[in-house]
Amino acid sequence: MADQPLIYARGLVKRFGEFTAVDGIDLDVAPGEAFGFLGPNGAGKSSTMRMIGCVSTPTAGELRILGMDAVHDGPRIRARLGVCPQLDNLDPDLTVRENLVTYARYFGLSRAESRRRADELLEFVQLGDRAGGKVEPLSGGMKRRLTIARAMVNEPDLVLLDEPTTGLDPQARHLLWERLFRLKQRGTTLVLTTHYMDEAEQLCDRLVVMDGGRIVAEGSPRSLIATYSTAEVVELRFPGMPEAGPRFAAALEGVGKRVDPLPDRVLVYVDDGDAALAEIQRRGLEPSSVLVRRSTLEDVFLHLTGRTLVD
Amino acid sequence: MVTTLVASRVSPGRVGAVIGRNVGALRSGPSYWIVLLSGFFEPLLYLLSIGVGVGALIGELTVGGRTMSYASFVAPAMLAVSAMSGALAETTFNFFFKLKYMKTFEAVLATPVRPIEIAVGELVWSIARGSLYTAIFLVVMVVMGLAEPGWALAAFPATVLVGLAFGGLGMAVSTLMRGWQDFDLMGTGQFALFLFSGTFSPVQDYPVGVEVLIQLTPLYHAVELVRGLCMGMLGWGLLGHAAYLAVLAGAGVWFASRRLTRVLCD
Repeated sequence: MADQPLIYARGLVKRFGEFTAVDGIDLDVAPGEAFGFLGPNGAGKSSTMRMIGCVSTPTAGELRILGMDAVHDGPRIRARLGVCPQLDNLDPDLTVRENLVTYARYFGLSRAESRRRADELLEFVQLGDRAGGKVEPLSGGMKRRLTIARAMVNEPDLVLLDEPTTGLDPQARHLLWERLFRLKQRGTTLVLTTHYMDEAEQLCDRLVVMDGGRIVAEGSPRSLIATYSTAEVVELRFPGMPEAGPRFAAALEGVGKRVDPLPDRVLVYVDDGDAALAEIQRRGLEPSSVLVRRSTLEDVFLHLTGRTLVD
Repeated sequence: MVTTLVASRVSPGRVGAVIGRNVGALRSGPSYWIVLLSGFFEPLLYLLSIGVGVGALIGELTVGGRTMSYASFVAPAMLAVSAMSGALAETTFNFFFKLKYMKTFEAVLATPVRPIEIAVGELVWSIARGSLYTAIFLVVMVVMGLAEPGWALAAFPATVLVGLAFGGLGMAVSTLMRGWQDFDLMGTGQFALFLFSGTFSPVQDYPVGVEVLIQLTPLYHAVELVRGLCMGMLGWGLLGHAAYLAVLAGAGVWFASRRLTRVLCD
């Protein structure tokens, strides 16, 4: 039983009328893992999350959560899930504390136990001093923390987080990451969607990149970078860009594994940045600015899902 | 069959938790109390102004072979209206707001609670609210000498049934609402029911076509049932009115939970 995946999906499909949001994906998430869905808007991340949350019914395929069938055992599965939706749906008619107590009651907890957990969780997300106040005056970061506290109220085995830090300032994001990391340390399985690459690198043991309803890549952040990018990236700006861009890009051919000309700069994917710089100098090219950096998930992401803007 | 089907899928604990959310709202501050109390006054003001005020000009009225003061004729109708408006206020404005804007139900459905349990819980709460109004209203009627205490007690369960019927109807309608403009439409409909359902004049006074049309609408049955009990005028017809209301309640809850599933669980 120990190696049984917490989430098991084969050929999972979700269609809305003619539109296919999720187009046959396979997933295996192990207990204790922090698993991420990465992808542009409309890639099918949220639809997948809603199916895992047993709110939306799969159109086709097999989906088992915590060893149970997602279609038939919805309430029993949801009893062991914590869900933090993309948009906060806290109850503005209730106080901060009452939001948690009320929510705990949906899981069948006694009033006394609900209160105990509410107070404990408010401390955990550092909102103890706001317990008696309304939700409305809270900042975006505080609301998010309260939503996460709410998702924890049933002591879930699996927590689903749909874009947990979108729209938050850096301080709020770091605080949230730290709290999520603590959850992970306690052994809670986390599944999250994000389009922040730093978030995925910070939190995820393993992730999949989705595009157009399909999984286009899968692995740990480091292995994805190793597979789909290079160790380092040289970013070069040249005088006369963007018109001169293609000419410089052509002149840089062969310096690294791949050259990516952008309107404002040219990216060269290389294994050794310093060696590449020497080669660029040897070819007599004179960039107006040079930056050598480590490859990130963002490079993987843009390589796999393209640079076209998705609305 | 419908009842067994519903009973097998509804957990009392989870329904209780859905109701508990509204109790939590009362515990969270004064705003909901104000909403709750304000709903009580409208039927009472109509009773005083039209029942008693206009009633003084009209004098006595003979309905079904029984002569009564005009206020005694209007009072049971206003009682039925109180039950209706209490249940409707909760299942239309509040329900719609929770469904569409506050996303309350979306959050609830991420827990083990099912759509049918939301529908049943909200319905029970709406009746609790309606019954608060009708209980006070019945006391007012007894104090004003418009109903015998014994018959007032007998009428109370009937007002609960009226609340169930309109609560179910209101919830079903709310799941179809597109936005606030539809509430104006609903308000007009509700006002028409309020004026013509045998509330201020016996429906037999209308042309036959209009009378039949009125007899198809719910408030007519609510008024007839409640008035029959308040006045102690019992007859088999009351069972027919009660059956109409019970069917409306059941159909409303069933339809609302179906629609909640469609809207929120796709």
